[in-house]
Amino acid sequence: MILNGAQILVETLIEQGVTDVFGYPGGQVINIYDALYEYKDKINHVLTAHEQGASHAADGYSRATGKVGVCIATSGPGATNLVTGIATAMLDSIPLVAITGNVPNSLIGKDSFQEIDITGVTMPITKHNFFVKKIEDLAPTLRQAFSIAKSGRPGPVLVDIPKDVQVGKCEFTAQGVVEKKPLPKVKEERIDEAVKLINEASRPYIYVGGGAAGLGMGKEIVAFAEKIDAAIGCSFMGLSAVPQESERFLGMQGMHGHYASSMSQNEADLILAIGVRFSDRATGNVSKFAKKSKIVQLDPDSAEINKNVHVDLGLVGDIYDSFKRISEKCVEKSNPAWLDRVRELKQEELAFEAEIAAADGAPLTPKQVFDIINEEKLPASVITTDVGQHQMWTAQYVQFDKARRWVSSGGLGTMGFGLGAAMGAYVATKDPTILITGDGSFGMNLNELATAVTYKMPIVIVLMNNGVLGMVRQWQTLFFGKRYSNTVLERKTDFVKLAQAFGAEGYLAETPIEFRKAFQKAVKANGPVVIDVRIDKDEFVLPMLPPGGAIDDIITKVK
Amino acid sequence: MENSFILAVYVDNTVGVLTRVTAMFTRRGFNIDALTVGETERSEYSRITISMAGDKYVREQMINQLKKLEVVKKVEVLDDAPIKRELMLIKVKNEAANRADIMTAVDVYRASVIDYSTEGMCIEVTGNPSKIDAFVKLMQPFGILEMCRTGIVALDRGTTTLLNK
Repeated sequence: MILNGAQILVETLIEQGVTDVFGYPGGQVINIYDALYEYKDKINHVLTAHEQGASHAADGYSRATGKVGVCIATSGPGATNLVTGIATAMLDSIPLVAITGNVPNSLIGKDSFQEIDITGVTMPITKHNFFVKKIEDLAPTLRQAFSIAKSGRPGPVLVDIPKDVQVGKCEFTAQGVVEKKPLPKVKEERIDEAVKLINEASRPYIYVGGGAAGLGMGKEIVAFAEKIDAAIGCSFMGLSAVPQESERFLGMQGMHGHYASSMSQNEADLILAIGVRFSDRATGNVSKFAKKSKIVQLDPDSAEINKNVHVDLGLVGDIYDSFKRISEKCVEKSNPAWLDRVRELKQEELAFEAEIAAADGAPLTPKQVFDIINEEKLPASVITTDVGQHQMWTAQYVQFDKARRWVSSGGLGTMGFGLGAAMGAYVATKDPTILITGDGSFGMNLNELATAVTYKMPIVIVLMNNGVLGMVRQWQTLFFGKRYSNTVLERKTDFVKLAQAFGAEGYLAETPIEFRKAFQKAVKANGPVVIDVRIDKDEFVLPMLPPGGAIDDIITKVK
Repeated sequence: MENSFILAVYVDNTVGVLTRVTAMFTRRGFNIDALTVGETERSEYSRITISMAGDKYVREQMINQLKKLEVVKKVEVLDDAPIKRELMLIKVKNEAANRADIMTAVDVYRASVIDYSTEGMCIEVTGNPSKIDAFVKLMQPFGILEMCRTGIVALDRGTTTLLNK
């Protein structure tokens, strides 16, 4: 059938299985919005308050489901407002397709109104991007964009469509959903090398990352850890990938990781790294990282092998396939001395945590907030966060009961990510969605409360309000002689009234009892609820490996 | 250990490809010595020849990061002794006292004079980069007015090709 470019775009999105998109209209996407009006029974468009919110929503949508997230923005400022969201997705390998309109081909390069070279702008922060010059290229380009976004190591792809291509007409025939390109299978002799290294180990540590998070292999990882008698830890991005009830699971390692997890990793004689990229926040000083250990790394991206940390064996290809073959071939082992040592480290961790808790005289502590969240949250809740202290506490304390329930900006550390991402996760799953945020981060994109209210999204927003930019303040306390430069907010914002002004509910919580009550009410609400949770400005995220430090530098208490 | 090496890269012959490749070098902090790009035996591909120095880490990262670009079809490090050629145009002063020496050099280096006036001449030299370097050095005393080098193009010896390597 003959369709115009805007219709071809929407038809191709539908063909690729897209049911929800996030975006904001504007001059150079009016035609696309006209087509969205026409197809509104087949594709749900969520109008956000700002294009950045749309990009984070598409990202959260993808993290919670594994589907490709889609966002739409107009040319110029609309397109540049997507940039932070696209970069966030790039750093965490999240598949997105970002659609932007642009001025017609005849006005390209003339500094026309709202013209920006968005493919130039996004080149370093996309897996690939396209400028569609001719309408005949539109549908094939979009299909290629979906293929690139989800194949191999996933990532964001931007497709820039000038206005004349949206208006022009062309024959269109729907095709099937493009499949992921299959990843290569690792050669048997390489698998055997990995098996040999694992069989020889007596202190194995399985290190799970974001690359494994969406593969649904959590139970198999635990079963394998039992077979070879290993400890399990994860990177920040690997949270929710492994069931946490296993006593072998030590939680996140790294800068703010669990003490027992980081220490065990340092003492291990073999690390099986599954879909991790050894970020500087995870390793600290790489020259002192896991020196006693052989490292076997499984990853789809060959550039991740030996990039940050030298590994003994890098198996590039299909992670799940490599893992399954390794786990079948490894012999059963028993490492009682290692497990005793891990338990001992866990005891040390519990002891200093208890010490911190006992010394904290605040009326409501972060630990109490998270204990209550763990007790009161509904099953299958999606946990989203912004960036800062609240994010690290969430990573340390929240119990996940399902894979893909962890939605947080790891690599880019994007303050303002959370509310948009929570909306996307809710639209994707319709499961209970909790946003844990801080007063700093929330201030960046709180305009999306309007969106959450309009679409009646029951997002529970736990706003950990300490009146300061807590994480930077923590660094200033520890490393800058308490010179609190520009981290004391001293704002007069009343978040309860603010929530009400947007049409949401708002509660204040200053004690554990108040917080429990507010949270219980919030999870039953039909729309967004903001809980203004007052915590002390000098709570710390501990333990902490100082930036560039090694495991011996670990800080477990602050005087 | 730092070593010089030459990478041959097949890329899509489309708009903006060179930008994508060079932007990646900037982003990842790779320093290259020379880069040439041109058509190949297949019209859908261009060939980029990159000469650079670096240790094993730099070389492997460079190759792996190049492979991640959607426009890159194939990346190979050329053998230790590939066929390397570079072309230079060099404009030198044509003073009567030096004329005979310049012409002797042109003859010995199998270069050719492609533009001539009583004030200056333009010489074309082709060969290994080291030969070009030597020719430049030779011309310095006579007064170099202007010069322009293409950078290296290189192929493996024998019947091996990049696409079947």
